[in-house]
Amino acid sequence: MSNAAATHGHDDHHDLPTGWKRYVYSTNHKDIGTMYLWFAIIAGLIGGFLSFMMRLELAEPGIQIFHGLANMVYGAGCDMAKPDECDAGKHMYNVFVTGHALLMIFFMVMPAMIGGFGNWFVPLMIGAPDMAFPRMNNISFWLLPPALCLLLISMFVEGPSGAYGAGGGWTLYPPLSTTGQPGPAMDYAILSIHLAGASSILGAINFITTIFNMRAPGMTLHKMPLFVWSILVTVFLLLLSLPVLAGAITMLLTDRNFGTSFFVPSKGGDPILFQHLFWFFGHPEVYILILPGFGIISQIVSTFSKKPVFGYLGMAYAMVAIGVVGFVVWAHHMYTVGLDADTQAYFLAATMIIAVPTGVKIFSWIATMWGGSIEFKTPMLWALGFIFLFTIGGVTGVVLANAGVDRSLHDTYYVVAHFHYVLSLGAVFAVFGAWYYWFPKMTGYMYSEFVGKLHFWVTFVGVNILFFPQHFLGLAGMPRRYIDYPAVYAGWNEVSSYGSYISFVGVVIFLYGVITAYARKIPAADNPWGVGATTLEWTLSSPPPFHQFSTLPVIK
Amino acid sequence: MKIANNLVGLGAGLSILTASSAAWAALGQAVPWQMGLQDAATPVAEGIVSLHNFLLIIITVITLFVMALLLYIIVKFNAKTNPIPSKITHNTLLEVLWTIIPILILVAIAIPSLRLLYLQRDIPKADMTIKVIGNASWNWTYEYPDLGLNDDKTVKVSFTAYLKPREEAAKDNVPYLLATDVPVIVPVNKIVKMIVTSEPEGIIHSWTIPSFGMKIDAIPGRLNEDWFKATKEGVYYGQCSELCGKSHAFMPIEVHVVSQADFDAWSEKIKTASAEAAREYLFAMLKAEGQLAQN
Repeated sequence: MSNAAATHGHDDHHDLPTGWKRYVYSTNHKDIGTMYLWFAIIAGLIGGFLSFMMRLELAEPGIQIFHGLANMVYGAGCDMAKPDECDAGKHMYNVFVTGHALLMIFFMVMPAMIGGFGNWFVPLMIGAPDMAFPRMNNISFWLLPPALCLLLISMFVEGPSGAYGAGGGWTLYPPLSTTGQPGPAMDYAILSIHLAGASSILGAINFITTIFNMRAPGMTLHKMPLFVWSILVTVFLLLLSLPVLAGAITMLLTDRNFGTSFFVPSKGGDPILFQHLFWFFGHPEVYILILPGFGIISQIVSTFSKKPVFGYLGMAYAMVAIGVVGFVVWAHHMYTVGLDADTQAYFLAATMIIAVPTGVKIFSWIATMWGGSIEFKTPMLWALGFIFLFTIGGVTGVVLANAGVDRSLHDTYYVVAHFHYVLSLGAVFAVFGAWYYWFPKMTGYMYSEFVGKLHFWVTFVGVNILFFPQHFLGLAGMPRRYIDYPAVYAGWNEVSSYGSYISFVGVVIFLYGVITAYARKIPAADNPWGVGATTLEWTLSSPPPFHQFSTLPVIK
Repeated sequence: MKIANNLVGLGAGLSILTASSAAWAALGQAVPWQMGLQDAATPVAEGIVSLHNFLLIIITVITLFVMALLLYIIVKFNAKTNPIPSKITHNTLLEVLWTIIPILILVAIAIPSLRLLYLQRDIPKADMTIKVIGNASWNWTYEYPDLGLNDDKTVKVSFTAYLKPREEAAKDNVPYLLATDVPVIVPVNKIVKMIVTSEPEGIIHSWTIPSFGMKIDAIPGRLNEDWFKATKEGVYYGQCSELCGKSHAFMPIEVHVVSQADFDAWSEKIKTASAEAAREYLFAMLKAEGQLAQN
């Protein structure tokens, strides 16, 4: 995206690489950010395909799709006239559930937000010429395609005997993920996550060093844009939580292959140990997924309201509070494993506390818009959608925090609805908002407002029809990770599946918009958004030069 | 306190809308288009329904409030109607209020919430105990230690419940994926303690009956306790609630709550006969009493 022919002033000509080496040997944060974004789009399409197939299956009771799919892909030999006697499709569904989550979390949201927009705009926003460790930045990216390949390969090697792929859920609980899937598929999945985790840990080191040490003169921490704050908190969470995940999945690997018994009860181990370790990572992980989104929304809302964000310090430290408290609430994912009552009571209280800084942020965005002079361009539509829909997802989170009620809702579609509201309607809306906000800057081309707005509205309608009925399904008792369900749940399932078809149309519109924006080549100004865009990236050309800020800007 | 009662009353009204309107919630299972929790058949489930209604009111008000603010902003502060943006970035009173008020709301939630939690997890003295074992072959084994032990100390009454296949479920007029070939029988109005575990070399499962408001994981190498006191006779269904492999969706749970007299008759029968025979015997009794719609 960074146009090779753009001005790079008086720089030496031989430091602008060309061809494949430009990208494989890159040390340029903008090129690396671009690679992350394309990677995220590809992974998102694969992950979306998996969920689309799942919704196709769930549109009606019975198994209609997956046995045939297993026949096609694996030569499973199901007799399609007797679906109840066949098993191949059932495991494949679990593989899709697992793959969908792993892809969307580790290969779409995180690469897009942190690797993509983080890499592109943190150096620009703090007035730095690049990241602190430009070459390590490159390895952070290039660890991901092999990681993705390992995950995709896992779907084609044996999991449980006679079936293919790792079907333990993204949560990988043993013993299902150890003795329940003896074949190599789970090992491939574990190695894939190891690589992705390493990529993020190295990236975290890079961002922390960059943000702490390379801000331009005059840019104190309390003058940094809120997007930079959000990335700073996020990468601290990554640095501290990913090693625990790495430990936990290594223990899975050794239990599976090297005779250890960390999670084997008959040898003194405990499956619940894994759950504690996993969720000690897993809960900060969900804040990792949303915090950059908070930063993006702050930038967009401020720009299009033509007002600075209300309560800057409150916003910054709310994110810090969410990050810190997010480390001590993990067992609210484990309310039904048999924890004692006092333990559950503690986690209930701690989890509820997080609602306070989160609420501060929602109200602060509203206060930012209050009195503003708002232009409802495409990025702002996504931001408004985010604020409303994340509120819905957030409040169902408060419901689930109550262990007593979670007793009935754990492992039901209510949980699925909750996290898709905060992720697909929260994080993904922020990603799309950021895409439209920064696309002109990154590429130098203007997208079509009409297509952008159409993408927003079709997606908004689609994902709400998709996920809102899932609250009802969960309350009514439908469990999650189910390929088939009792006929009573058919109604809302059918509605939800229609939502997925509409959302698919939204994805097509998005891709169309991307292609036509590149094709039309309508040039974008340095600052297409006007007076509200006050951060440093808007002082550079669109696209920025290959190297910027060789002379550091001075911030007053 | 009165406000809370009124709110809960309002919530009960709301709950009728959500739990029952387009979908009159039947006891023990969902109905088509159901939008709320299944009807409660135990004090714990009643507590859950009640707390959820309370929460639903709060979250609905918050959501509508945020929506109203956003709509107002869209109308009043767009570039055409408000060409000059204000410069206000602080208001200490507002910031204090929107910190304190949510804290107060959370405290108001936490009090009944903690009460419910301790109601669930302080296991009371049991009238009877049932052991539940989740099997790696995707079904549940039930043992009734109170009904006696064999000479080798194994439990006399022990049976495994299998998913009732589709055609049989249709023939017997019961819901496929919920009905099992033999149900768990418990007496009404008695405190039943469940000790739940999984086959030793097996997988984690989870045993649940939504109408009872109970869910507890079945973990190999671990004995988990849970309890219920069913206050209404009837048929209650649940489904495995922890991913356990390919047939996770195919290992349902069926519990029949019957009168103490019927339970005693069944338990006498099952000590010497098979689980199927005891089931037939009990169902014949229940049909004669006009209490059973299924075959």
